[in-house]
Amino acid sequence: MRVTLHVWRQRDARSAGAFATYEADDISPDMSFLEMLDVVNERLITRGEDPIAFDHDCREGICGTCGLVINGAPHGPRRRTTTCQLHMRSFRDGDEIWIEPWRATAFPVVKDLVVDRSPLDRIIAAGGFVTAAIGSSPDANAIPVRKEDADLAFDAATCIGCGACVAACPNASASLFTAAKLTHLALLPQGQPERLERALRMVTQMDAEGFGPCTNHGECHAACPKGIPVEFIGRMNADFLRAGLTRGRREAQAGDSAGG
Amino acid sequence: MNLDARIPAGPIERKWERHRFEMKLVNPANKRKYSVIMVGSGLAGAGGAAALAELGYRVKCFCYQDSPRRAHSIAAQGGINAAKNYRNDGDSVWRLFYDTVKGGDFRAREANVYRLAEISVNIIDQCVALGVPFAREYGGLLDNRSFGGAQVSRTFYARGQTGQQLLLGAYQALERQIGLGQVAMFPRHEMLDLIVVDGRARGIVVRDLAGGAVEAHLADAVCLATGGYGNVFYLSTNAKGCNATAIWRAYKRGAAFGNPCYTQIHPTCIPVTGEHQSKLTLMSESLRNDGRVWVPLRQGDRRKAEEIPDAERDYYLERMYPSFGNLAPRDIASRAAKRVCDEGRGVGPGGRGVYLDFADAIRRLGEDAVREKYSNLFEMYERITDENPYRVPMRIYPAVHYTMGGLWVDYNLMSTIPGLFVLGEANFSDHGANRLGASALMQGLADGYFIIPCTMGNYLATLPPGPPSADHPEVRGAVTGVENRLRRLLAVKGTRSPASVHRELGQLMWEYCGMARNRAGLTKVLQAIPALREEFGRTLTVMGAGGELNQQLEHAGRVADFLELGELMARDALEREESCGGHFRDEYQTADGEARRDDARFCHAAVWEYTDEARAPARHVEPLMFENVNLATRSYK
Repeated sequence: MRVTLHVWRQRDARSAGAFATYEADDISPDMSFLEMLDVVNERLITRGEDPIAFDHDCREGICGTCGLVINGAPHGPRRRTTTCQLHMRSFRDGDEIWIEPWRATAFPVVKDLVVDRSPLDRIIAAGGFVTAAIGSSPDANAIPVRKEDADLAFDAATCIGCGACVAACPNASASLFTAAKLTHLALLPQGQPERLERALRMVTQMDAEGFGPCTNHGECHAACPKGIPVEFIGRMNADFLRAGLTRGRREAQAGDSAGG
Repeated sequence: MNLDARIPAGPIERKWERHRFEMKLVNPANKRKYSVIMVGSGLAGAGGAAALAELGYRVKCFCYQDSPRRAHSIAAQGGINAAKNYRNDGDSVWRLFYDTVKGGDFRAREANVYRLAEISVNIIDQCVALGVPFAREYGGLLDNRSFGGAQVSRTFYARGQTGQQLLLGAYQALERQIGLGQVAMFPRHEMLDLIVVDGRARGIVVRDLAGGAVEAHLADAVCLATGGYGNVFYLSTNAKGCNATAIWRAYKRGAAFGNPCYTQIHPTCIPVTGEHQSKLTLMSESLRNDGRVWVPLRQGDRRKAEEIPDAERDYYLERMYPSFGNLAPRDIASRAAKRVCDEGRGVGPGGRGVYLDFADAIRRLGEDAVREKYSNLFEMYERITDENPYRVPMRIYPAVHYTMGGLWVDYNLMSTIPGLFVLGEANFSDHGANRLGASALMQGLADGYFIIPCTMGNYLATLPPGPPSADHPEVRGAVTGVENRLRRLLAVKGTRSPASVHRELGQLMWEYCGMARNRAGLTKVLQAIPALREEFGRTLTVMGAGGELNQQLEHAGRVADFLELGELMARDALEREESCGGHFRDEYQTADGEARRDDARFCHAAVWEYTDEARAPARHVEPLMFENVNLATRSYK
């Protein structure tokens, strides 16, 4: 098959970018989208042109490295499918395909289709963990966890941190990403002691990184390759609100115990 | 070359405990004076960096990915072994130890494997404490499943995404330390050389992949947790970025390389579809709990799977290995698949495939139960092949998956360069000639969470803290060396892309150093690789410059190292005149086609020492002693 690509090319964060057009013929429908780009790049190299830079690694939909906006949709037309798992059989011969990087103030372009997603790491560093020093754990079966809770926690924990939710959101909000981690840990007994503090810290960090607020568009869920439910954002907001309401009391208690 | 493994004295059950007592300690107030470099952020790297930082060491952690959460441990599917005996099915530390030694075809160090089995139980505890959402039963306790090479259910799992969940646990522990300022994280940084000062590893040279700057980082000790080298085959289940550069640079600085020829070919991967193929995708071994492997009895049977009656199918693993059946270990299952395809009974385009069929399981358990266990794998299969495995059997074929070989380390995980530690898949230590399923995650976390925090202190306690000066000639020389190397890659200005040379190397390796090897083929590839390397040096083309994000330049550097490592693998495979585990030499097999070991001549680890560009590397041996497990012929029949 033959497709026409309009690819965003940008030298670096400081330079202006623009679309460049490439004809890609002799494309097999069994190729993944990224394999199609590999072929285009090989041909560019043969012609002595700079190949298109794009992020990718595992190419099996789990590492979260790849991510292209394809015809306006993060990760392209197929639901619950990362860019690397999208195959050319999802397109028709003769199609025009527009390829862009994630667009968000918090994700500056590094080059072409590659963006800097380190703000997501900083949201995790702010509180997306359970404090459990290595070696200090009780037996794994000491604390039973309801299967329903464990399963739902797992559903939240499947987030691959690709950032498609941010790219899809009209406000470029990272709420689904942040809510997924908060939900995962809030459903487990191990996550309870730090639950409210975690919500407070992660949401505060999300705001500080320049992500927009959630105004319930739900585009994030539609774009999420792992289908993280948008309801998790409600759980995040509930914990965040509770954390704010009880903060004074908790600080007073902390002060008392520190003083004692 | 000193290959003292420093195995503690005493009975095997007491060695690790005794060693922990005998090791020197660094007192808590002094720990903050020491700094450690960790390269890699997978299970071993992230786990080790977090654990060392928790102890109080100052840690710098580097990864080539844009976030430490993306290291390839994330892609591990099936599970992690632990000798918890939660199933009451006769498991124990001793049995896990025994299964792993036997699974590795008696080519691993007993003491290391015993320690791994011992630590396995702590790993599960730690992961649960960190919030890893393992699969659970309705009573709220942890569930298990079976994996190849074992007759007990000791594998803990999180649907088909166990590696992801374990890695996120380690990543979160690492991010916590980053937030506390104990770890400085350097994503999008690739290690391109090791800095050795006065015989000790004291730093690394890295390239900032986003901006192109080359810089040195110095510390009191260096850990490599950079994964395996399966991408030497071009097509493998590894991530595209996985590479051998860190361990190869260390090898060329004097770290010995153990058993480079031991590679694992995983039996259940999605078959190749064409020339454009850029990587191969694994279908978890856990699927063999419920999937049955078969091919048509008759050669060239082109009927659809559902049209072939049971009597005309050959469930060859069940037939050949009745006691382990579909859960035969990986090396054995892979060779059996190759054999039936070589006989002309393979299925799918090109005849390089066998069926993995869930029809019986769906009949027995219902589609929902199968979905609950494997849904993400089935979805992945469907996306790639456009076939629905709930309706038609999966088609699978073996593919390169893991490398048991790696840098030689002693019991403390220290290489032959003092101060250079090697963790996880990057080292050679625990899996012998074949790794059992669900044991890689176990080893990565054992090395990272539990072993390196102890043995690092023992090393540092012998040194005054403080890295060498940045102006030290060794430091400046290493930086200049890297800059020159990058400049040379950019200056060739030929016609071939790094990918095209890489693909050609991969085809050579797969053909002559893959699932079955022989003297003629290995001799041939030992001539072909230097020729290809010469061509690479003459015809490579890399667009762009060094001072920017340049993915072609990154790839070119990795391919240059693969072109050298591939040769060492073939050399090692040629010298090992026996078949063991994943290393199968056509000349050394039993009448029924099983691997024939030669314990009289090869009951040792082959350890290679780099000499110089002009001379062949030197082969040394570390003899293997089996005092607790009887050195027997491995049988799964």
